[in-house]
Amino acid sequence: MGMNLDIVQETGASGRQLAYAAFNSNALDDQKANFPAVTQTIPKNIWVDHLKRIQTDQDQQAFAELFGYFAPRVKAFLMKSGASPGMAEDCTQEVMATLWHKAHLFDPSRASVSTWIFTIARNKNIDALRKQRRPEPEELTWGPEAEPEASDVLVMQQESDQLSQAMKALPGQQRELIEKAYFGDLSHGQIAAETGLPLGTIKSRLRLALTKLARR
Amino acid sequence: MNTMNKITHHLSDQLLIGYSAGSLPEAFNLVVATHLSMCDECRAAAQSFDSIGGALLQAQPTENLGDAALAKTMALIAKGPKAAASKPVGSDVPDPLSAYIGGGLNDVKWRPIGLGVRQAVLKTSHAATARLLYIPSGAAVPDHGHRGTELTLVLQGAFRDETARFAAGDVEVADEELHHKPVAEIGHDCICLAATDAPLRFSAWIPRVAQSLFRL
Repeated sequence: MGMNLDIVQETGASGRQLAYAAFNSNALDDQKANFPAVTQTIPKNIWVDHLKRIQTDQDQQAFAELFGYFAPRVKAFLMKSGASPGMAEDCTQEVMATLWHKAHLFDPSRASVSTWIFTIARNKNIDALRKQRRPEPEELTWGPEAEPEASDVLVMQQESDQLSQAMKALPGQQRELIEKAYFGDLSHGQIAAETGLPLGTIKSRLRLALTKLARR
Repeated sequence: MNTMNKITHHLSDQLLIGYSAGSLPEAFNLVVATHLSMCDECRAAAQSFDSIGGALLQAQPTENLGDAALAKTMALIAKGPKAAASKPVGSDVPDPLSAYIGGGLNDVKWRPIGLGVRQAVLKTSHAATARLLYIPSGAAVPDHGHRGTELTLVLQGAFRDETARFAAGDVEVADEELHHKPVAEIGHDCICLAATDAPLRFSAWIPRVAQSLFRL
């Protein structure tokens, strides 16, 4: 656990890639073995492996690495949403603890790790800052093959990565608008009807995933 | 819970983004979560909007955490997960709604509001009001307009108004412009979950009196 958190707190893409390379050369090699054709284009779904290690082995090293990358971002998100630095610090710790406790619920064929952490942080925000309950949709029961297929996992993580890239490429003003809708507490009436979200095919992918469910 | 019925009236992107961002009032979140439990189309859309949140989280500039943040988080983890809210068992309404009713439709404490129509206000934050409406076959909800937004989700039966027909799973999003008089279809009593972020505006004076008495 005595790792250097500074390395993963680099904000630049190159710093991040360095961090990935430093911590995850093994994970990347594993992926290469399984998916030789597409590995080059998807270097970033390694956090999935981290969560799996937390889930199956209670791996504290994996958790420390994930914490080093995501906790400072969660804290920034909570502060932008109106939390004081002290409140954001406490909530971030609770969000990351929830991640550990709920690691078994993460489904990498339906979300990236950052999306999943976003939903935990958002719910914590509603609970702690807005003092509201958060009604969630009914849990869906998955079919006999509880373990998601590797190809589904790969595609979802790839699409999430493409979405991140597309968001980065948006014009500044449009990006600001989206950020404001997510972090600025706009009422739904103030959210522009045409946000120009670069959703690509991720929506149809998720729709497809839902057809695989066994219905009660 | 998935209705066999084909859902034709869905939630707007603005509302789904608001749900994903966590900026909607609790009563609206309840209608959204209940509709998502019945509608795969909107569930996939909501999850794709969550992935926008994930991409934004990942692109956040970081906020440094206190020195002992990781150690404190490990201590939180050691305490074990918070007790989860008990899951409602076997209800005739989707789980998120069942949690607010404290059971199924048989457990609702209806109050008459005139012309055979009954309602039950559900306890949410005050920014908006959630209520169940029971409209007997052939009966009408008094002609009314809205100052804010009104969401009406059909749970059973069907109603028609000046705009269209709404059956189980369908949700009507009515804004300030819509002045309507929903009528339950002959044959089945109609039960809806409705949320409003401002008091309704009735055209006739009798409902206006009822409104002041019954918190419509």
